[in-house]
Amino acid sequence: MTTTEIHDRLKARFGDDVGPLSEPKIDAFAVVTRERIVEVCTFLRDEPGLELDFLEDLTALDWPKNNQIEVVYHLLSYRHRHSIVLKVQLDRAAPSISTVEGVWKTANWFEREVYDLFGVTFAGHPDLRRIMLPDDWIGHPLRKDYQETGGYHGFSNVRENPLVELKRLDDVRRAEAAKAAGGVDGPAKA
Amino acid sequence: MTARTMDAGTGDVTLFHTSQLDKLINMARENSLWYLLFGLACCGIELMQFGGPRADVMRFGAIPRASPRQADFMIVAGTLTYKMAERAKLLYDQMPEPKYVISMGSCSNCGGLFQLGYSVCKGVDKVIPVDVYVPGCPPRPEALTEGLIRLQELIRSEPWATKRRPAKGSAA
Repeated sequence: MTTTEIHDRLKARFGDDVGPLSEPKIDAFAVVTRERIVEVCTFLRDEPGLELDFLEDLTALDWPKNNQIEVVYHLLSYRHRHSIVLKVQLDRAAPSISTVEGVWKTANWFEREVYDLFGVTFAGHPDLRRIMLPDDWIGHPLRKDYQETGGYHGFSNVRENPLVELKRLDDVRRAEAAKAAGGVDGPAKA
Repeated sequence: MTARTMDAGTGDVTLFHTSQLDKLINMARENSLWYLLFGLACCGIELMQFGGPRADVMRFGAIPRASPRQADFMIVAGTLTYKMAERAKLLYDQMPEPKYVISMGSCSNCGGLFQLGYSVCKGVDKVIPVDVYVPGCPPRPEALTEGLIRLQELIRSEPWATKRRPAKGSAA
């Protein structure tokens, strides 16, 4: 089944809650409303003839100009060898969406990753913690406006320019050598 | 026979009389350097070759150890993230004195290719003191072997008994 046919089935079932299919550049996608994403996903997984049983990827995009964060769902059917991409547009200030962990178990870690790096909260997720960064990390680094906070737990995040640093070390060494030479020459002879 | 009283601070006196013994001990130390495996990235693969039959560092007495309690020095091989930096410090603190660190490859030297990343520690020397830096991305096992030989030279020429080097910010 082609992506267009899947989209038609989806459109027939959900009407205006599923947007038009995009131009197929790489993967054609359809924008789904935030409220019905779990229903749409359950439908796509269970409907005979569709059976998109595999969540290939779940990720997100940050669009500061549109004030949006998009969550992206890549779905694939092993049985029918067809696929579709869904997108959900969220408010950038407080992005929140229902979890699809109940539909595909693999969404658990994907959603934790999106939460970790974009700060999207997934309502109903059983274990929404950071997955890669430390638990006390500040901020969500894949947001476009992320600023580093200057190191972590006292580890500096500044690396000296090696040429400047080498020159400084050379100067220190030279000063010490001069001092040692002066020390030997001065009092020892006197 | 009268009981001999020794200087209360026996350290200097003893060391003076046993300076030749020090050399002997240093020789023993430099030829049985056990290293703590700390492979973090692709450098870890070269680190395995370092212990393998071709580079064969066991001819220098270097044996891989999986426990910091048995290790004399630590080879930090690969990209150190901030999250891992705390573990690196913990492992370093668990090693018995005198202890040494070889920083292997660009990433652990200075953050390398990934130093602009938000989660990458800009060099393992931000966390623990480093004795030998081995450049390369990743360094060949031969380069790391040279690093080991440099570390042996360092150990040969130093008084071991007073050597204490805590990690940055640790209590000891």
